Amino acid sequence: MPVDLRAKLGHVELPNPIMTASGCAGAGRELAQFMDVSKIGAIVTKSVMLSPRSGRATPRMAETPCGMLNSIGLQGPGIDAFLQRDLPWLLSRGARAVVSIAGASVAEYAGLATRLSDAAGVTAIEVNISCPNVEHRGQVFACDPAASAAVIEAVRGRARYDIPVFAKLSPDVTDIVAIAKACVSAGADGLSMINTLLGMAIDTDTMRPQLAGLTGGLSGPAIRPVAVRCIWQVREALPGVPIIGMGGVRTGRDALELILAGASMVSVGTTIFHDPSACMRVLRELEEELTARGVERLADVVGLAHQARGMAGQTLRRSTRIRGS
Amino acid sequence: MMLSEIDAQAGPVQVRGTVLTVRRVDAYYAMTLVAPAIAARFKPGQFISLAVGGPDTSMLLSRAFSIHDVRPDHGGTVEYVFAVHGRGTQWLAERRARDVLDVTGPLGRPFPLPRDPVNCLLIGGGYGSAPLFALAAKLRERRCEVDFLLGAGSGDRVFGALTARRTGRSATITTQDGSLGARGVVTDMLDQVIHDGRTDVIYACGPMPMLRQVTALARRYDIPVQAAVEEAMACGIGVCMTCVLPVIGSDGITRMSRSCVDGPVFRGEQVRWDDIGTIPSDAFGAPGWETRSRQAALAAQGERQVEHRSGPQAQNGAEPAGQGQPARDPRGPGREARGAGRPDGRAPRGSSSGRRGHAG
Repeated sequence: MPVDLRAKLGHVELPNPIMTASGCAGAGRELAQFMDVSKIGAIVTKSVMLSPRSGRATPRMAETPCGMLNSIGLQGPGIDAFLQRDLPWLLSRGARAVVSIAGASVAEYAGLATRLSDAAGVTAIEVNISCPNVEHRGQVFACDPAASAAVIEAVRGRARYDIPVFAKLSPDVTDIVAIAKACVSAGADGLSMINTLLGMAIDTDTMRPQLAGLTGGLSGPAIRPVAVRCIWQVREALPGVPIIGMGGVRTGRDALELILAGASMVSVGTTIFHDPSACMRVLRELEEELTARGVERLADVVGLAHQARGMAGQTLRRSTRIRGS
Repeated sequence: MMLSEIDAQAGPVQVRGTVLTVRRVDAYYAMTLVAPAIAARFKPGQFISLAVGGPDTSMLLSRAFSIHDVRPDHGGTVEYVFAVHGRGTQWLAERRARDVLDVTGPLGRPFPLPRDPVNCLLIGGGYGSAPLFALAAKLRERRCEVDFLLGAGSGDRVFGALTARRTGRSATITTQDGSLGARGVVTDMLDQVIHDGRTDVIYACGPMPMLRQVTALARRYDIPVQAAVEEAMACGIGVCMTCVLPVIGSDGITRMSRSCVDGPVFRGEQVRWDDIGTIPSDAFGAPGWETRSRQAALAAQGERQVEHRSGPQAQNGAEPAGQGQPARDPRGPGREARGAGRPDGRAPRGSSSGRRGHAG
């Protein structure tokens, strides 16, 4: 019997939990050459801003052990072009669109939420308050509970009531639970974890930083343990809040790890860069991993690692038996 | 980009390619992969992107290489040339026959082909010459004359010198150490080669400084340049936004364009070579760009009057040309070679009248 992979993005049901990670899949169009974008849970689009943005100078990336640094700086055509071109395309393909938004001020986020409320076909909004590639750390809202709350409150207040709002958090904070709580209190329907970690690389031949922007966001399997830890901590503190997990997911087993930590959905990011159809592979592998463990419903294993030692397996067996009877 | 273009049958595919051969070619390696679906879709100038290091690799970025050649044997093979620069390319050099690689392609916008039989000069720096030989074959099919101008640091780094001599109407080689051909760099010989070959159009692939100089020199003769850039890429398919460079669109607006999908082939005049590695202040989306861009557009207005005929083809910066329709301008690049309206959407840096007259 196939595994029931349905996942809940707030009150919205998705056919399965695998999504693209924001900034790693554009608006889905390029990936559509290699996979059917309607087959995964959702396409999380590259963060869109109110106005067009050129991004940072090149070099914009550096490969690091099991990871990469990127310093794109939110290059994009702005919300008008997104609504005119990208969103309708995603809908025409039967894909579910989780729209990531980014702004330099609370007012910009509010403006973006308003624009999205007038648009058809937005499955959810992911509020990127944690992009590290901005001029100064003070602009990273997710480093401060009050600033995070102000943005989320503005977005939740403007967004249509039936569109779930997820806050994307940065792992580069002392206490991610405090930020998570502030976002949930401000009205976030869920949380996305984690954005990239601020990192840096220096070319030992030129003896200069490798990135034109000096620092960049670290992603890839190198950061997966950080993602697992963040998801674990927040799930422990806020067990009822849905989490989209991301950070170094390369295989179905990696996705399962994040799910066991507490993620209801999982985004695949950097892996797409060397495997454009990675989302479909991760989805297939996740189903295989669940089948191999006798799991019938994905929902049964979300946060399962939080069970007391020895209980996880029992809980699973019991729930399976109950449904079986 | 237009939906119809990227969704076209001719789009790239991701396949498992079996290694047929890996061989040393002077300072380089050439690998042949069995990949029929890629071979069938290939057009000269396009590239492939390879995952390196196996399933548990610590190297997450794909490696991009120009396709050198495709052949019909084994259902369709793809050959590419590479130099060992780091661990990823070292891993590729260690592959053996029957190894299987995850390969995606053909990617990018190919070289546009002229409609008429014109004199083509193909310029390659280092193993940047690799994609030029398949192009040369296509050009000869169209009864174009093909001259080669190849250069590198030393003789063992000039890729394809023999093939160039055997198949080109002429082949000029330069090396910086003088070990093969003339001592110097390709641009030292460019004037002479253009004169001797009565060049109508230039195709070039190699390092950025070479492409910049070739474009600048060709501009003096009003010869269009199709330049294939070598920019660092993480994905090769258009999603990572790392391989951008400032390119002027047909509307006169500079955009940070992706060399993987908007290129790798650009019209030389449209690339702001001197601004690579920066965000020009008038680039689309730069702080305050609109005012600056408008000023530049006003300055260019007079020049654009003559250009609107060729408007839709100068698409590099604005919208990538689809893989199915590489040459947007039905006249082909050769037709604009001399005296025609400027094919790009911007004002030349100096007086245009002088430049046009200079060509003859």
